[in-house]
Amino acid sequence: MIGGLFIYNHKGEVLISRVYRDDIGRNAVDAFRVNVIHARQQVRSPVTNIARTSFFHVKRSNIWLAAVTKQNVNAAMVFEFLYKMCDVMASYFGKISEENIKNNFVLIYELLDEILDFGYPQNSETGSLKTFITQQGIKGQHQTKEEQSQITSQVTGQIGWRREGIKYRRNELFLDVLESVNLLMSPQGQVLSAHVSGRVVMKSYLSGMPECKFGMNDKIIIDKAGKGGVTNEAGKSDLGGGGSTSGKQSIAIDDCTFNQCVRLSKFDSERSISFIPPDGEYELMRYRTTKDIILPFRVIPLVREVGRTKLEVKVVIKSNFKPSLLAQKIEVRIPTPLNTSGVQVICMKGKAKYKASENAIVWKIKRMAGMKESQISAEIELLPTNDKKKWARPPISMNFEVPFAPSGLKVRYLKVFESKLNYSDHDVIKWVRYIGRSGIYETRC
Amino acid sequence: MTDSKYFTTNKKGEIFELKAELNNEKKEKRKEAVKKVIAAMTVGKDVSSLFPDVVNCMQTDNLELKKLVYLYLMNYAKSQPDMAIMAVNSFVKDCEDPNPLIRALAVRTMGCIRVDKITEYLCEPLRKCLKDEDPYVRKTAAVCVAKLHDINAQMVEDQGFLDSLRDLIADSNPMVVANAVAALSEISESHPNSNLLDLNPQNINKLLTALNECTEWGQIFILDCLSNYNPKDEREAQSICERVTPRLSHANSAVVLSAVKVLMKFLELLPKELDYYNTLLKKLSPPLVTLLSGEPEVQYVALRNINLIVQKRPEILKQEIKVFFVKYNDPIYVKLEKLDIMIRLASQANIAQVLAELKEYATEVDVDFVRKAVRAIGRCAIKVEQSAERCVSTLLDLIQTKVNYVVQEAIVVIRDIFRKYPNKYESIIATLCENLDSLDEPDARAAMIWIGQVPRSAQTIHSLGGVLFQVQLTLLTAIVKLFLKKPSETQELVQQVLSLATQDSDNPDLRDRGYIYWRLLSTDPVTAKEVVLSEKPLISEETDLIEPTLLDELICHIGSLASVYHKPPNAFVEGSHGIHRKHLPIQHGSIDTGESPVSAGPVVPIEQAQSVIPSQGDLLGDLLNLDLGPPVNVPQVSSMQMGAVDLLGGGLDSLVYLFSQVWLPAVKAKGLEISGTFSRRQGQMYMDMTFTNKALQHMTDFAIQFNKNSFGVIPTTPLPIHTPLMPSQSIEVSLPLNTIGPVMKMDPLNNLQVAVKNNIDVFYFSGLIPLNIFFVEDGKMERQVFLATWKDIPNENELQYQIKECHLNADTVSGKLQNDNIYTIAKRNVEGQDMLYQSLKLTNGIWILAELRIQPGNPNYTLSLKCRAPEVTQYVYQVYYSVLKN
Repeated sequence: MIGGLFIYNHKGEVLISRVYRDDIGRNAVDAFRVNVIHARQQVRSPVTNIARTSFFHVKRSNIWLAAVTKQNVNAAMVFEFLYKMCDVMASYFGKISEENIKNNFVLIYELLDEILDFGYPQNSETGSLKTFITQQGIKGQHQTKEEQSQITSQVTGQIGWRREGIKYRRNELFLDVLESVNLLMSPQGQVLSAHVSGRVVMKSYLSGMPECKFGMNDKIIIDKAGKGGVTNEAGKSDLGGGGSTSGKQSIAIDDCTFNQCVRLSKFDSERSISFIPPDGEYELMRYRTTKDIILPFRVIPLVREVGRTKLEVKVVIKSNFKPSLLAQKIEVRIPTPLNTSGVQVICMKGKAKYKASENAIVWKIKRMAGMKESQISAEIELLPTNDKKKWARPPISMNFEVPFAPSGLKVRYLKVFESKLNYSDHDVIKWVRYIGRSGIYETRC
Repeated sequence: MTDSKYFTTNKKGEIFELKAELNNEKKEKRKEAVKKVIAAMTVGKDVSSLFPDVVNCMQTDNLELKKLVYLYLMNYAKSQPDMAIMAVNSFVKDCEDPNPLIRALAVRTMGCIRVDKITEYLCEPLRKCLKDEDPYVRKTAAVCVAKLHDINAQMVEDQGFLDSLRDLIADSNPMVVANAVAALSEISESHPNSNLLDLNPQNINKLLTALNECTEWGQIFILDCLSNYNPKDEREAQSICERVTPRLSHANSAVVLSAVKVLMKFLELLPKELDYYNTLLKKLSPPLVTLLSGEPEVQYVALRNINLIVQKRPEILKQEIKVFFVKYNDPIYVKLEKLDIMIRLASQANIAQVLAELKEYATEVDVDFVRKAVRAIGRCAIKVEQSAERCVSTLLDLIQTKVNYVVQEAIVVIRDIFRKYPNKYESIIATLCENLDSLDEPDARAAMIWIGQVPRSAQTIHSLGGVLFQVQLTLLTAIVKLFLKKPSETQELVQQVLSLATQDSDNPDLRDRGYIYWRLLSTDPVTAKEVVLSEKPLISEETDLIEPTLLDELICHIGSLASVYHKPPNAFVEGSHGIHRKHLPIQHGSIDTGESPVSAGPVVPIEQAQSVIPSQGDLLGDLLNLDLGPPVNVPQVSSMQMGAVDLLGGGLDSLVYLFSQVWLPAVKAKGLEISGTFSRRQGQMYMDMTFTNKALQHMTDFAIQFNKNSFGVIPTTPLPIHTPLMPSQSIEVSLPLNTIGPVMKMDPLNNLQVAVKNNIDVFYFSGLIPLNIFFVEDGKMERQVFLATWKDIPNENELQYQIKECHLNADTVSGKLQNDNIYTIAKRNVEGQDMLYQSLKLTNGIWILAELRIQPGNPNYTLSLKCRAPEVTQYVYQVYYSVLKN
């Protein structure tokens, strides 16, 4: 199991050091600093073995978090724990920075004592941690016996992510379908790989212990329901407000993973997504699709080398969605060779600038409607060089945000049942929003 | 006010000030002081001198302060054991606190303090906490048992904590179950054989129930534990798999990987024809792909594991090659791993895409990555023959870039392509030669020289005198090859190089190789040609595959560090040598249907059939008794000669005992050559030998002596050679033997070591006695006795062999065997098979019972041998084999 956990600043100074196992000595702290943080070479692996001690590290801005062990631990678990640790810290004091860590070191030690015992991760749900680990110390003796046992049963219980007795005057929930669409396209316009990785993020402000059921246009469910006649749930489809151009009814999900609140065995057997949600914001599910993806933009590059000291670049972008929808924050990044001496750009729309420090022309467009087209052309002057190595021509990348789900996913319903309290599904105010963002959206040139 | 100010105090006399503050009357001040102490501790200052003052602050109602003091205690108690005892009272009191959080905190902290005296006081509170009404306390106590075990394993056993821990597996609270499982798993690692976890179907059921309800971490503990269970049959394996598969949709990648581990292990138990088997295979692929959309570190762990899974079960991901395409901004460690997997998944169907990708990668910035991409192109060429041409032209394109390391790497892989497809791409050599000057790495130079074995690049080679050993070795070989092809032009060069290699080089490997070539060339140029210019073995398609047993072991460690390092745990975990290695479960019933456990087919008996005896203590003693005069120097056999003997003495020849063998070659015995056989005639054993004098002087005064051996064989008469043996004359002698000599067990059992003396020297050799000369004439057993004995000999002494490709009928078989005193007692026909029951007896009275099964139409006989001394059966089988095959 995890033998110790260290947090360093960018200089390699220790900010937090907590040792759980006897086989980890103080010198481990230095070994990591010397061999990894101060190493001359770039980090070649997130796992490092130094003198039979294994170090796992993740970096958040310029803070290093390192877990140490001498045993054959579950490596995936260690990394997941480090991520979780970051989440927990972030939910307590915001950004993970040297300043914040120093300001909250007592709290961090308290957390580390709670969420790792002898190197075994324990309950790390912030929802329940916050009931008894607070920055103000603990209410301790002010708690009644009932309160205490409620805390402990929640920390250890089946529904560790939600406490009892939550009350809201207005029962409300927000669903965000956040997708990132990834593309790698050849210069000839052939899709080399494309996939959407999506997340359904839920903000729930619901009283009591509500039982929720989430439905989407999952092909397997729709096909099943289709066989059995008209589905009565389809009537609730007013929730779905996607703006995809195609009228397709269902999507094929390659794979999905769920927050621990979702009953996985039920999903496995009936493919229904039912759960008791944590309070506040959390990620309900992640999914991945590769079929019938709506690619919001198409990039058509044209690079011509004119002699040895000049390049001509022309890039056309075409938007490919309903004309009534607007894409935002569009940015096209056209890489330029290292020996670029000057660039002249002409673009029809938006603003374009050559950024020498980034070796790229950055073309920004605030808004663009669907089914439109725009282009940029640039002349790049090159310094003569005797460097034999050819310019690698990195791909042209794009960033954007569109108000629909490129995978075609639609929320069909989210039903809320709370039998003990007197509110019903109809009383809950529900909001759904779709945002498609570019992930790694690249076209080779 | 923020806490960061505690980090900033850095004055002299700091400790002194802290001491004062710790003893301040105001609670708030004391708390501030403790915080400063902890901050100092974090940055590595020694604040152990404040121990008593900090411990004094322990008596407080403020939980935050208490936790800080505990943190301090955990760090320094070991260095101040006597003072640590001051804290015991407070701990014990806290363990009784009405607040479960405080009870748990106390027992949790106490377990972390590695001081004997405190540990003693821990037992009682721990016992209570294990049975506490509050699950939070119980789950903490469960882990505490593991802590205590780490400090004092004996105490845990004596106090019966292991039983309490086992009881917790049936706890109503899932988190308690999970922690108990984690603790038991860890403890059982140090007791490999104790079956601590007691995984039985009931317990497994409890775990599977808890699996649905506990935290993500608990699920990992339980899945990791489940993977150590061996289901009793396929049905149980399937039902566990069915309950584990839902975990593949968990958001936590460690839960997913641990579930994959369980499924990969249990897949071994499921029969392939089962529908469920294929369903399960299909279910494994999407979650593995999803792992690649996680954060880079988890991607790395996933990729290292996928690398194993792809080697074990390529079918799972063969459709998914696209997800392993490298993204421009993947971290380098992810890129390198993806590349590896791409190669493993490359096939004719996707090779075009893969090649296009690889070409793209070869223009990236990271040198390691580019090199690996170039290497990958070469591997594609070797793996997918149809693509070889395209790969070669891609490589040539890359060579044209003139980027130094790309060119070098490309040349190395082109060598491999040449090996795989000889005489196909030689036309590109000219292009390669253009880049000679830029090669500065030993690998690339060696490769170029290897390629340059084609005669026309003689000049090239000459100019390439590298200083590096690797280059020199290849250079040497290349020049010898060149000489054999064009002797007239290069004789001078060869001589020069050979003398350089043998005389001027400091490197023993180079010198040895030089000598080998020299001798080869000077003694027998024709053979030299055969050896040096022989067909090169083809290189295999898949390179750097993990060795199968290691792969199976690593599959059992999916998700863990071992799977990341691709090394078994004992390679990087200290003190784990005692831990038994994990292996995949074996499908039940496979033992019945598979081959018999004992190796079947012709066993090549013993390679060292005629090796020279090394000087051995008691043998020397015996020789002295022979009164041979001062023992003249025992012939020194250099390793090279030994090697030569091994090469010549083919293993199979020694199977045929009927033909005489050269026991002592003339080169090793100063011109005396001895060849011979063993035989049995009219109940008498003989050693028939031919002595040949290949030296230039005559030989006299022959004598012979045997070393002690397994059957007590000694000569009954002195060696009957009475006349001098003239040069190039030979003499045949028959030496009668009996078995009344001293007995010493030899390895192999039928080995006989012999010393022969003549007027020149003493020589040693050894030969294998075919066991049939010990088969006595009265080896026929009574039927009843046979039946009784057969039953009487335990079954584990029965060994089965197969005699393949034998086309004789049962009667001929019995006839042939009877000549060698193997008697057929009964013959039965069972379901169309002929069963022969046979017996034989050795000179030392050992009986061997045999059952020979002959199926008409099947040339493979099955021989079952039973004997009270099973070690001889192997040699009896050899007799059967050689008799029936001749």
